[in-house]
Amino acid sequence: MTAIAQIRRNDQPIYLDYQATTPLDPRVLEAMMPYFTHKFGNPHSRSHSYGWEAEEAVEKARAQIGKLIGADEKEVIFTSGATESNNLAIRGVAEFYKDRRNHIVTTVTEHKCVLDTCRHLEQQGFTVTYLPVKQDGLVDLDVLRAAVTDKTVVVSIMAVNNEIGVIQPLAEIGKICREKGAFFHTDAAQAVGKIPLDVEAMNIDLMSISGHKIYGPKGIGALYVRRKPRVRLVAMIHGGGQERGFRSGTLPTPLCVGLGEACEIALKEMDGEAKRLTKLRDRMLKGLQARLPEIYINGDLEHRIPGNLNISFAHVEGESLMMGIKGLSVSSGSACTSASLEPSYVLRALGVEEELAHTSLRLGLGRFTTEQEVDTAVEELVHQVNKLRAMSPLWEMAQEGIDIKSIEWAAH
Amino acid sequence: MAYSEKLIDHYENPRNIGSLDKSAEDVGTGLVGAPACGDVMKLQIKVGADGLIEDAKFKTFGCGSAIASSSLVTEWVKGKTIDEAETIKNTDIARHLALPPVKIHCSVLAEDAIKAAIADYRAKATKKDETREAAE
Repeated sequence: MTAIAQIRRNDQPIYLDYQATTPLDPRVLEAMMPYFTHKFGNPHSRSHSYGWEAEEAVEKARAQIGKLIGADEKEVIFTSGATESNNLAIRGVAEFYKDRRNHIVTTVTEHKCVLDTCRHLEQQGFTVTYLPVKQDGLVDLDVLRAAVTDKTVVVSIMAVNNEIGVIQPLAEIGKICREKGAFFHTDAAQAVGKIPLDVEAMNIDLMSISGHKIYGPKGIGALYVRRKPRVRLVAMIHGGGQERGFRSGTLPTPLCVGLGEACEIALKEMDGEAKRLTKLRDRMLKGLQARLPEIYINGDLEHRIPGNLNISFAHVEGESLMMGIKGLSVSSGSACTSASLEPSYVLRALGVEEELAHTSLRLGLGRFTTEQEVDTAVEELVHQVNKLRAMSPLWEMAQEGIDIKSIEWAAH
Repeated sequence: MAYSEKLIDHYENPRNIGSLDKSAEDVGTGLVGAPACGDVMKLQIKVGADGLIEDAKFKTFGCGSAIASSSLVTEWVKGKTIDEAETIKNTDIARHLALPPVKIHCSVLAEDAIKAAIADYRAKATKKDETREAAE
């Protein structure tokens, strides 16, 4: 595979952070290139062939995106990314329907851009219910059903969690929303192209999509906005009325083309890729479990995208572990990697104890991950965890049979 | 996060990892921090008959800065009297390792660990004296 050689040089660490971002697929770049150079027209120019050519490319991309999620191309609008899509979806419907409905339902494990948008709306006078999740990271449907009222304008629940990769029961959530007359918005940044999605079968009214999580370019995303029954939004960016008036501004043709191409590849390759990644992930997990005692998987393993593992390595702090595995690029739920010095709020929401949250790593596998990389990663992790456990007072106590919960620690 | 060479050296080649017999009379043990906060340090000193710290060992659960801070102080306390060791300040540790501002608490913890180990040693010594006096 020449594609891999193009993406990772041998002197670079092994990339295992596919939930943070993905490399651009070389086939996507190839599709984009002409629109950076000679096909530079403004897709909104109606008076000459430069414009028509660009418009055709953008509309093709829109159809490619729609096809991946079972939507009509007219229901897809381009944005700068999933953060903008989430802002527009939630604020857009909330503000449009505020005279009739003023309640929003979401979960505590959403991405910050959903939670922060909800906080903003609370300040504007909306009421927000933040649903807890079960220990496996999934929403309790009975709790959801009880939370949605005739005042609920939108239920926003992510399709796949960015830290633990768990897949929410979208079809069941959609059904509840439809029964109660609330719109269903899902942040599908981590789900699109990884698992089959169908806005009709799942009763999804609004869906946020990201380009760079699916081997497309950064700086582009999309929002699916249902037409039948119609969902109305208040626009946040005003101007020339592009994108059905929902999002003004000249479309970045090469980025739109890239997102479209990424969606088309995903549709074609999703099944095979899922099988391959499941095999690699199981290989990694079995490799670690066979050689390291006291490691714990965070989040449900069954309802989970194939390319994600989130593991707590008991008695070894996450940041020091990452410092040691220099050949691997991963991320951690440890406090020491965040500016706030608080461990991951997602892991805390699952009821993962703080001491275990500090020891967690997120291992993200993707399209260009090889079996050899997985084996190297297992070797490095096993070596480093053993080294750090040998210098961990908590590991020593655990070996001596001392329950660390029996000690009165002074919080600092 | 970008760390100094000295810090990385202590993280990669930590000095004096290990444990001393915590029940021994000439050993002082300090255990500070909390697992829930993401760092725990165990620091032990062994004090010779001449009043000098002849050995020091540590074990740390924590980030790279916490490991490096505890490794550094085990080097610093060796050969010092306990009164001298007690004067080690977290600011000295932070400066030596060029800790970034969000990691200053690691050096504070290392200072606390020495103080706790010294306090434990002193408590044992006092108890020993009292036992001796009672026997006389």
